Amino acid sequence: METAAADAAARVRVRFALNGSPVDVWAAPHETLLAVLRDTLGATEVKYGCGEGVCGTCTVLLDGAPINACLLLAVQAAGRAVTTVKGLGAEGRLHPLQGAFVAHEAAQCGFCTPGMLLVAHAFLADHPRPTRDEIRSAIAGNLCRCTGYTRIVDAIEACAGSGTDARGEPA
Amino acid sequence: MARPAEPPAPFRIVGRPLPRFDVADKVQGTTLYAADWRLPGMLAGRILRAVYPSARIRRISVEKARALPGVAAVLTADDVPQNALHEDPTGLGLSSFATPVLAADRVRYQGEPVALVAAESEVLAQAALQAIEVDYEPLPGVFDAGTALAADAPRVHPDRENLLIHWKLRQGDVEGAFRQADAVVERTYRTQRVDHAALEPEAAVAWVDGDGVVTIRAATQVIEHFREIAEILRLPHNKVRVMAPFLGGGFGGKEDMTVEPYAALLAWKTRRPVRMMWTRQESLLARPKRHPFTMAYKTGATRDGRLVAQEISLLADAGPYPLLSPRVVFAALVVGCGPYRVPNVKIDARAVFTNNVPTSAMRGFGAMQVTFAYESQMDLLAEQLGMSALEIRSRNFLQKGDRLPTGEALETEAALPRITARAVDALGERSRPSAPSGRVGRGIACNMQPYGRTVWFRDRAQAWIGFEADGALVIRAGITDLGGGQAASLAQLAAEVLGVSPDRIAVHIGDSALTPLAGGTFATRQLYMSGNAVVKAAGELRAMMIPVAASLLEAAEPDVQFAGNHAGVIGAPERTIALARVVKECARRGIPTSLLSGFQGEHAAPIDLETGQGRTFPDYTFGCHAVEVEVDAETGTVRVLKLAACHDVGRAINPQSVEGQIQGGAVMGAGQALMEEVAVEAGINLTTLFAGYLIPTAMDMPDVRALVVESGEGKGPFSARGIGEPPTGPPPAAVAAAIQDAVGVRLMELPMTSERVFDAVRARPARPEHEARGKV
Repeated sequence: METAAADAAARVRVRFALNGSPVDVWAAPHETLLAVLRDTLGATEVKYGCGEGVCGTCTVLLDGAPINACLLLAVQAAGRAVTTVKGLGAEGRLHPLQGAFVAHEAAQCGFCTPGMLLVAHAFLADHPRPTRDEIRSAIAGNLCRCTGYTRIVDAIEACAGSGTDARGEPA
Repeated sequence: MARPAEPPAPFRIVGRPLPRFDVADKVQGTTLYAADWRLPGMLAGRILRAVYPSARIRRISVEKARALPGVAAVLTADDVPQNALHEDPTGLGLSSFATPVLAADRVRYQGEPVALVAAESEVLAQAALQAIEVDYEPLPGVFDAGTALAADAPRVHPDRENLLIHWKLRQGDVEGAFRQADAVVERTYRTQRVDHAALEPEAAVAWVDGDGVVTIRAATQVIEHFREIAEILRLPHNKVRVMAPFLGGGFGGKEDMTVEPYAALLAWKTRRPVRMMWTRQESLLARPKRHPFTMAYKTGATRDGRLVAQEISLLADAGPYPLLSPRVVFAALVVGCGPYRVPNVKIDARAVFTNNVPTSAMRGFGAMQVTFAYESQMDLLAEQLGMSALEIRSRNFLQKGDRLPTGEALETEAALPRITARAVDALGERSRPSAPSGRVGRGIACNMQPYGRTVWFRDRAQAWIGFEADGALVIRAGITDLGGGQAASLAQLAAEVLGVSPDRIAVHIGDSALTPLAGGTFATRQLYMSGNAVVKAAGELRAMMIPVAASLLEAAEPDVQFAGNHAGVIGAPERTIALARVVKECARRGIPTSLLSGFQGEHAAPIDLETGQGRTFPDYTFGCHAVEVEVDAETGTVRVLKLAACHDVGRAINPQSVEGQIQGGAVMGAGQALMEEVAVEAGINLTTLFAGYLIPTAMDMPDVRALVVESGEGKGPFSARGIGEPPTGPPPAAVAAAIQDAVGVRLMELPMTSERVFDAVRARPARPEHEARGKV
């Protein structure tokens, strides 16, 4: 059917950085960054939760700022730096936030966790000494159905002021 | 009943807040959930869903869709080998019910699956759905449970009445008791339809493996559904395999089958791998919800606050198919009076067919809804008798040995005075209002929730445990892990018994072909059932290896212990050998170091159907929540300021995981109290966007103080009780009480939105400020 043909013909080349490595993909103009990350690039650590920009499970960092990958077209990522949860922490070592999520059991099913970690990471970079209310406000766009949030706030609070970069190295 | 062998306290591993191995994977994004699976040549599967809640299907035309390039299959009811899921709604063999897999000539709810497609891409699959033509003839429907039983109501199923189930409970002389009562409160309560809203939407990848086995790797709580899938495909049961990876939340929403039969059908027909992912919108539209209940309560008490009688009528909207509705309303029947002694009880619990979205299991499973009613009744009685909320409860709390309304004795300590005191104390000093229109109020609610399946299901769980040659341990158990730490807790239990450090244990779960069946993860049963199975298996394995270790250590068997990956002699720290050495010696002597064992849950004959008397659930978990809210008297907005949730868990295997269950469950309950509602009008679901179905965000809820009581009285491993479901129950009633304390109005319908509170405040007769204060 024409949809399929049109789809193939209209594909455009998109180049961006994914967790520091260059990627070079062909994407249909209507394809979201989420679809390209998951289905084309196999970055399944980015989750689909609603496709409406409501739940935050598909959060990635675009040039360091958290966005919902389900609301961004893949072509809009051209030339930008995309960070997923796999871009946190160094090889074989957890980022302090990841370590705190483990220590505080701030994840149960873990489906919201990649997005939650990225939002927390971006937030702490700008707010080294946040209050618990400020943390709650920062993660309000990321839904969690398991934990009731208390332990997520605990884990983020425990990392406040640790002053580390995306790889967990001292800034 | 025989209890599994337990090593002597103090525990080395049990009771410690160990980090969970699965959480370490999850924070790195390496966990492969159902939708993350990829196979070469994988097709995209989609479902065409009914647009009407009640209609006849005159004709389905699939030719255009089948002719589209890239479309591998378009299936309708005619293509399903056995287009029926045969259900035994009560589990008592009283009747059977055939639920269609794909609607054939009639659709009974909006969103009911009508046809399936598999195509080379999601886009092509979507195009194929649009090319299918269905000619519907809309029919009158039943959209209100209250009128479903009226003589002139249309029938959801032409061949049967709209009454799905009517459970009865009769104990004592209710009418006589009401005549003796000094205070009687009669009210009707309503709870709403709620969506599980697990962050992971339903998904599966299905394929026909090289050996012809239809394999479905699905987000499911129950791998035992392989049997039903085999029936649908008319295959032998051993030709279907269900694998369940770690779930992105379940909460009962993945207890019934969701994607599994559809993905399996498409893979079976196309002989290619098929991935089916439901969109959030599909999930909100058509996946079964929590039952809305209408609950008429009449409760009588003496002047000194002792309950004498309770007459209860429960009505649940089941939607058009049975699913687990009969069992949900059964649980509501059993705990309809809550954790209180009531000598005279009459309960009628019904579920009726409607053409609304189906309802089935959700965390709390019927026991949750009735908590709102029985706890509100307690408060209203207290008010009438001039007592405090705490006082009236304390005079009626169930104790070990008391007779439940079902006539059976409570076999474990309920610990309710201790639980309640801790919850109330945790609120601390009363907060000040944040604004001139703010009114602060407090409330409490207690609950009881069964754990384990109804005894007549003769529940069983198996576990297979073995050492590898290097002393590492492998646990195989057919559990599913919803995120509650179901797998990690099994490792913690085995570590305790066998002295293996948890990081030396691998847990393989959720594979109906390769892991011994353990029953699904539901009914707060996995720690109770599989925990006991693992402790039993580990104990048997230990008993086989101890003599070998004793001979290697040249010690008497009773002096040998397993700890820290070593076998050693108690009191002689220098006399140890690695467990790996014991394993090798066992191999040399031909002694197995691996075994399969099982735990048989309690079982008994079914209850008497006319009186509801008999054995029902193995045991219960008790709790109390105390909340403080601030109500804006001008807008009706309710904010939860403090939430303290206390439960007796018997023994906390992993206290951190226990607290996590309590915190998450309490917030889920508070969401139902204040904001959540699946709105359905004339069978049409109005909340099919996540933007319209509100669950609590981090800003909507305070920190939850989780308080754990360990009575040592449960029936799980090391006397643990189940804690998965219980914490969802108390918040609605506790919040209702707090609202009344704050602004003097009692809400009897959920959710208690600002509109409802505002209307109630406006309708309230003028009364002195602070009159209702000081009840907690």
